[in-house]
Amino acid sequence: MKHMKDTKDKRAPQANRRWQPAPCDEVERNLIAVAELALSHAADLGASTAAVSVGQGQGMSLTVRHGEVETVEHNRDKSLGITVYFEHRSGGASTTDFAAAAIRQSVASACEIAKFTEADDCNGLPERALLATEFPDLNLFHPWALSMQQAGELAAECESAALRHDPRISNTEGATIASHQEVDVYANSDGFRGLERGSQHSLSCSVIVGEGNAMQRDYWYDAARAAADLSAPREVGETTARRTLRRLDARKARSGEFPIIFEPLVAVSLLSHLSGAINGANLYRNASFLLDKIGAQIFPAGVRIHEQPHLPKSAGAAAFDGEGVATRARDIVADGVLQGYALNSYTARKLGAQTTANAGGLRNLEIEATTADDLQALSRQMGRGLVVSELIGFGVNTVTGDYSRGAFGFWVDNGEIQYPVQEFTIAGNLSQMFRDIAAVGADTERRGNLRAGSILLNKMTVAGR
Amino acid sequence: MSQRLQIARHTLLEPGGIGDREINQLLGRLMAPKIDYADLYFQYSRHESWALEEGIVKAASYSLAQGAGVRAVSGDKTGFAYSDELRLSALSEAATAARAIARNPSAARAAEGLQRQPRGNVRRYQPIDPLASIPNQQKVDLLRRAEKIARAADPRVSQVMVSLSASQDTIVVARADGLLAADIRPLIRMNVTVIVAQHGRREQGSCGGGGRYAYGYFTDHQLADEYPREAVRQALVQLEARAAPAGEMTVVLGPGWPGILLHEAIGHGLEGDFNRKGTSAFSGRLGEQVASELCTVVDDGTLDNRRGSLSIDDEGEPSRNTVLIENGILKGYMQDQLNARLMNAQPTGNGRRESFAHPPLPRMTNTYMLNGPHHPQEILASVDNGLYAVNFSGGQVDITSGKFVFSTSEAYRVERGKVTYPVKGATLIGNGPEVLSQVSMLGNDLQLDSGVGVCGKDGQSVPVGVGQPTMKIDKLTVGGVAL
Repeated sequence: MKHMKDTKDKRAPQANRRWQPAPCDEVERNLIAVAELALSHAADLGASTAAVSVGQGQGMSLTVRHGEVETVEHNRDKSLGITVYFEHRSGGASTTDFAAAAIRQSVASACEIAKFTEADDCNGLPERALLATEFPDLNLFHPWALSMQQAGELAAECESAALRHDPRISNTEGATIASHQEVDVYANSDGFRGLERGSQHSLSCSVIVGEGNAMQRDYWYDAARAAADLSAPREVGETTARRTLRRLDARKARSGEFPIIFEPLVAVSLLSHLSGAINGANLYRNASFLLDKIGAQIFPAGVRIHEQPHLPKSAGAAAFDGEGVATRARDIVADGVLQGYALNSYTARKLGAQTTANAGGLRNLEIEATTADDLQALSRQMGRGLVVSELIGFGVNTVTGDYSRGAFGFWVDNGEIQYPVQEFTIAGNLSQMFRDIAAVGADTERRGNLRAGSILLNKMTVAGR
Repeated sequence: MSQRLQIARHTLLEPGGIGDREINQLLGRLMAPKIDYADLYFQYSRHESWALEEGIVKAASYSLAQGAGVRAVSGDKTGFAYSDELRLSALSEAATAARAIARNPSAARAAEGLQRQPRGNVRRYQPIDPLASIPNQQKVDLLRRAEKIARAADPRVSQVMVSLSASQDTIVVARADGLLAADIRPLIRMNVTVIVAQHGRREQGSCGGGGRYAYGYFTDHQLADEYPREAVRQALVQLEARAAPAGEMTVVLGPGWPGILLHEAIGHGLEGDFNRKGTSAFSGRLGEQVASELCTVVDDGTLDNRRGSLSIDDEGEPSRNTVLIENGILKGYMQDQLNARLMNAQPTGNGRRESFAHPPLPRMTNTYMLNGPHHPQEILASVDNGLYAVNFSGGQVDITSGKFVFSTSEAYRVERGKVTYPVKGATLIGNGPEVLSQVSMLGNDLQLDSGVGVCGKDGQSVPVGVGQPTMKIDKLTVGGVAL
């Protein structure tokens, strides 16, 4: 008991811990109170250190189908998650109940469960020196006072633009408008006190062309931090219609080895596979095909992949990571050479390195365009091969890099799209696929956390008829 | 009052002061004119997870979630809101938001009296608390045992990761038609993943299972021994695997988990919502031949203690055994309340939701194919050149075009009736309404999976089961790299 009391006394007094940015309303002050209560209760129960994240969000989504409102959903969520450390042993708990008794009970559960875990030297909070001290306004919070009536009108306008576009559009899955905002706070017993506000609004549409066995579906969407940045409903609807119509009369692709172009919406999946393979959790378990590859040429010269956590108004922006560590822009791949891994404080200690502020993942990971070309120009460069517009299934093995997924797309000959194709797979190995990147287009997909233009790969195996 | 309802009321409703009167009041608020159906769904959910790796119990956590979902349905329109506070004022607010789906909601109509746990009050599992079923130390012992067995199985094992989890879900459904029903759902799961290394090559193997049991299930059946041995065996097979073939060929699927084929290829396509909207490749095809005569497929939520089983669904409807395909003929769809009413069909106990924060959808429970006439050996012996796939990692389907995929994690080449060598993971792709017509032989060795399935739809995950006997598909596209 004596020892624990000493540890406690070494901490900065409560009053010195400033929340940044300062809370501005009752909801935020309440989240902070919940976080402080959880931390102080953890200290009372003898935890040597602790970290807590508390969040609250609200929003609504509305779907219009065949011109009528089909569903309206209102949501309001909150949760508290706490991790406690007893020296190098850890325990965790979470709850959705913010009553003081429930919070204390939750902290007690985390402490109780920690008695049964074993000491792991790598457990613990991140080094204090790495914690964020600057909290730039990344312009992420734009709440939208969207009424049900207005939401219904926007979604209806979007769907109707799609349905009116062409008589071959035979059915619809409707148009959905969604708006969400949340506040999250993160605090640890080393004095970190961070608050984040964010909003996300989206408009999506999906329609069907053809009848019976020949039906095809596709979709389009836009998403933004601020409602004013969303594409016009009509534009989203018309793009949906065009994307779906081009799939009409799809044939089964033929088997063979062909060059492949990934459209931007599917090209980002290659970045997702890269993220998994350079994630510390997979590396220290020897479960990645990119083990010990720092400094190695894993992409062709000229390829740059970088993380941009401070990009204003972007989907993946954050001033600090999931452990309060200051994020910073950096190259993951420069001139084709792997520069670094994605680590949090635990995986960094496991690998004998320093955290890269990637608790919670990589932020705004982008593969830079290698050419000014778009999809059409890349198709001309390819000459003959396949454009992939959609991938299904989970046939990617991060341990070996083996890759085999179902696909939809278009057959290209003489540099032009000839007809849509379906019911085929594309297969290869990610190590080779990364090296086979011949060009990255300038038609960059920027709505999500992963950003890429169309990507041309020299060669993959296509299995079809 | 049933024991489940009594416990559920005590856990969920009484702390917030919610009784019959309050429930009636809320339903009354929801039942504005033009509202055809309304329900309340109360949930109290506890979950724990334990993880061992590198020889130590590294992480353990406990979570608690509670709340209520409130829904009003008018024709094919749904208004849905929820609250994580089980107090009357919060729920009234949610009810007001939900009923706004009806145009011009006005004076509320009082609901009928509540009718408790009616028809088919059958229990498919015990209302136990798996979290408290053994002391924490024994959970740690289970993890350690599994890791020890895995390490001892082969010197090439370089990493062992063992996880153990349990949850208990207590729910109460109150419907505007007067139904009041409760369920207490235990669920446990154990999983072992190993990485093996040999001459610089690394491969992974994984095995697990569980169901609606107490933790004792794992010890009673020596599963902490069986799962690690099986995971190691699978990983070692992969060390020898050669490039998978690419192109159309005969595929024999092993029994059990490969039933994921049924889940993806036809299961989703037979969910009521897609068929009501005419967006499924199976829309309007009831009574048609969609599979070879060998094939009879059911969705059965009534199996005792299975991962996908339910005593009642999330709309209070008793779980059923629904015939989807009988001797190749499409017989039925899986329905929730909304789609059953709009399609003039009976609900089939398939109304499921991930939690109170998600609206119910028609979802599968345990989907499997019944036995056929053939001996599994006879089936393999009949294959001249093909693939024998016994384990899969997952799948997906495009409902509208019917195209589905599922990816092998253990498969072998079959040549002249003999299983010759293992091949690397490959995605198989086919067309749902056609693939079962290609079934030319069906085994007599029906197995259900070990209790690992998770199904995702519209962003909602629910536990499911699959199963089938050995099955020969004359032609399916195999997505390997070897042309």
